[in-house]
Amino acid sequence: MRTLTPVTTDALLPALEARVRATAHARTPACPCGAATLADRPDATVVRHAGTVAKAHAADADPAGLALRVTAAARLTGVLLPPLAEAPVVLHGRLVTYWPYGEPVDAEDPDAAPWEAAAGLLARLHRTPIPTPVPAMRGPAKAARAVELLLDTAPHHPATAPVVAAWSALPAWARGEAAMPGPAGLCHGDLHLGQLVRHPAPAGPWLLIDIDDLGTGPPAWDLARPAAWYACGLLPPDEWHRFLTAYRACGGPAVPPDGDPWPALDVPARALTAQTAARAIAKAAAADRPLDEVERSLVDACTRMPSARVPGPHC
Amino acid sequence: MQCPKCHAPMHTYNRNGVQIEQCSGCRGIFLDYGELESLTRLEAQWSQPAPPPPAPPVAPQAYPAPQAPAWGAPHGGHHGHYGHHRQKGFGRMLFSS
Repeated sequence: MRTLTPVTTDALLPALEARVRATAHARTPACPCGAATLADRPDATVVRHAGTVAKAHAADADPAGLALRVTAAARLTGVLLPPLAEAPVVLHGRLVTYWPYGEPVDAEDPDAAPWEAAAGLLARLHRTPIPTPVPAMRGPAKAARAVELLLDTAPHHPATAPVVAAWSALPAWARGEAAMPGPAGLCHGDLHLGQLVRHPAPAGPWLLIDIDDLGTGPPAWDLARPAAWYACGLLPPDEWHRFLTAYRACGGPAVPPDGDPWPALDVPARALTAQTAARAIAKAAAADRPLDEVERSLVDACTRMPSARVPGPHC
Repeated sequence: MQCPKCHAPMHTYNRNGVQIEQCSGCRGIFLDYGELESLTRLEAQWSQPAPPPPAPPVAPQAYPAPQAPAWGAPHGGHHGHYGHHRQKGFGRMLFSS
């Protein structure tokens, strides 16, 4: 059985707040002292003090891998938010990195979602030669972990079987069990709308954040979450069309410049649908509540997958 | 040809496919046999109601519906439930790993 990563220890959050305050005051002596906890999850605790953000990474984060990712981010100007310091520091057994604050996407306003900006940033990231050595992109490994956790926590949930069946039919690389197919490019590894901020806040250009999964891999993985949302009926066709069209217009290499993009997207979109469904079922089971409509649409897509052949070169 | 009234030279013009001669001096017009009937016929055509304009495009969509995988949810038509899911799914699903 896996053990769940403990949520923030009592000591971490106040210590992290003290560090981010000190770092913010070193950058801006006349600090307006606006402080906030942006996230406190098992995989990350993020606190803000005015224009400075400190992130305590997951307890099991690989120190060497994280250092390489932060170093690369510092060289991807105009695409990734630049870190304030390249070397992560250790605080209460957790690796901590410092970042400037950026204005996030408004989760209450679907019409304002920056699909073109997201697509443009991904296309630029995917076209950028790898600036400094980075580990493999962690997308497939994280999807595998979500399915593993589902099997540990809710093996008898009625929705678990179709999700595991869809997952098991995927090629080994998409399940994190074999090397990813080439040619490998630079990938973000965990794209969603929470991974974009405007910097400088509130009206600067959009940049990508969160380098925990950054690395080499097939760039189609970064398009696969919006693709999965569209395939599951969660993202309207016109928004998917805007995203895909902008990516192509910016010369993104993950899909052919025209024609059907699905031979390139199908496998990663299936993997991300299964991952998202696995997380949703595990959460619903833990809360002892039924799946809602949105969660059921993910499971329904997994149920339909076995009857649809896996196309493309990654069979 | 000369004008039968003032004897000034007449010039030939084509008006809607009908040849007419007009005097360069008094501006009088000479019609050949059948040309008056041709003009009358043309006038009748002009006064008829215009044919209906070509049918508008079937849908106001500016681009063809994007391709989707075979395992995807049905989009559009009476299955178009994404709009319903949109508000519920947007803030939660589209902002998390």
